Amino acid sequence: MDFNPMMPIWLQVVTAIKHDLVCGIIQPGSKLPGGRDLAVKYSINPNTAARVYQELEKEGICETRRGLGTFATGDPDRIEGLRRTMARDAITGFLREMEQLGYSHAESLTLLTEEENAHAGK
Amino acid sequence: MLESKDLTKVFGNKTAVDHVNLKLDAGHIVALLGPNGSGKTTWMKMVTGLIKPSSGSMLFRGEPVGLESRKHIAYMSTEPYFYTWMTVRDVGRYYEDFFEDYSAQKYEALLRKMELDMQMKTKTLSSGMMAKLKIAVTLARNADVYMLDEPFNGIDLLARDEIRASIIEAAGPDKLLILSSHLVEEMETIADQAAFMHSGRLVEKRDLEEMRMTDGVSMTDRYRAIYGHVEG
Repeated sequence: MDFNPMMPIWLQVVTAIKHDLVCGIIQPGSKLPGGRDLAVKYSINPNTAARVYQELEKEGICETRRGLGTFATGDPDRIEGLRRTMARDAITGFLREMEQLGYSHAESLTLLTEEENAHAGK
Repeated sequence: MLESKDLTKVFGNKTAVDHVNLKLDAGHIVALLGPNGSGKTTWMKMVTGLIKPSSGSMLFRGEPVGLESRKHIAYMSTEPYFYTWMTVRDVGRYYEDFFEDYSAQKYEALLRKMELDMQMKTKTLSSGMMAKLKIAVTLARNADVYMLDEPFNGIDLLARDEIRASIIEAAGPDKLLILSSHLVEEMETIADQAAFMHSGRLVEKRDLEEMRMTDGVSMTDRYRAIYGHVEG
């Protein structure tokens, strides 16, 4: 994984894992790698890996079962909630960029629809 | 775990290490950074006890370093230190004779990961293979402190991933790893602390994730900010 070294690494791994869970690359309820393996997998510091799981646990996206390891949430509502949050972030990012280009939200929406129709017409 | 207090080393009229106060705790991978001649290697050699301080002290678990601490501190220097007649197996045996904490199993596992063969003669090894061998035999010890001076030098891009993985695997809550390298980017994500040295002095010690959060800068950015005007 290519990191942006100017942003906290733990945050980037948290986002990557959430993304994998929403996209089904990580199966709901499945076992996640141990802290050390997570560190090796992403080539990150073990303390950073520990922070990743702490953060995901705090958000209810994974849970650690004593002696068994860390598991991704199997709760479909939580995963759906995550999908919505990530979609909202993507939209906010899109609108912000469009704003910088000088488009109002309404104009952005019109453009989006036009682009969509143009693709559909092909 | 390690603490240098007002540590100073003078060679003739040159002060290689100048009143360095640096405390490093177990559970971290520390990048020791600075341009050539900034005192990193001299500082590390004082940790091993190979060089005696001119003044100040270097403490391992609160005691001055010496014969006892050497049993717990594994150091990989940049100088080549194997006899040319040695095979990879001999290198392991050589370490076994010197260090009580050496583990033959760990050595074997590390060699396998680095694709080195016991039968290989050290004089036939490429520079990259030699670099990997030095790392393997150093990490084969069950030490408390591992200090690697330039672990990525002469190692190609793909093998650097293996080295990084081995370093991460050697880390632990009761271990301290110190990496010194000019290849700052290679250490960016695996180190969690960085100590910046300049002209024998400690400029600062930083927690990297905290620095990213508060200042929005990477270790590499910070390196450029500190040394950019020096190295030009």
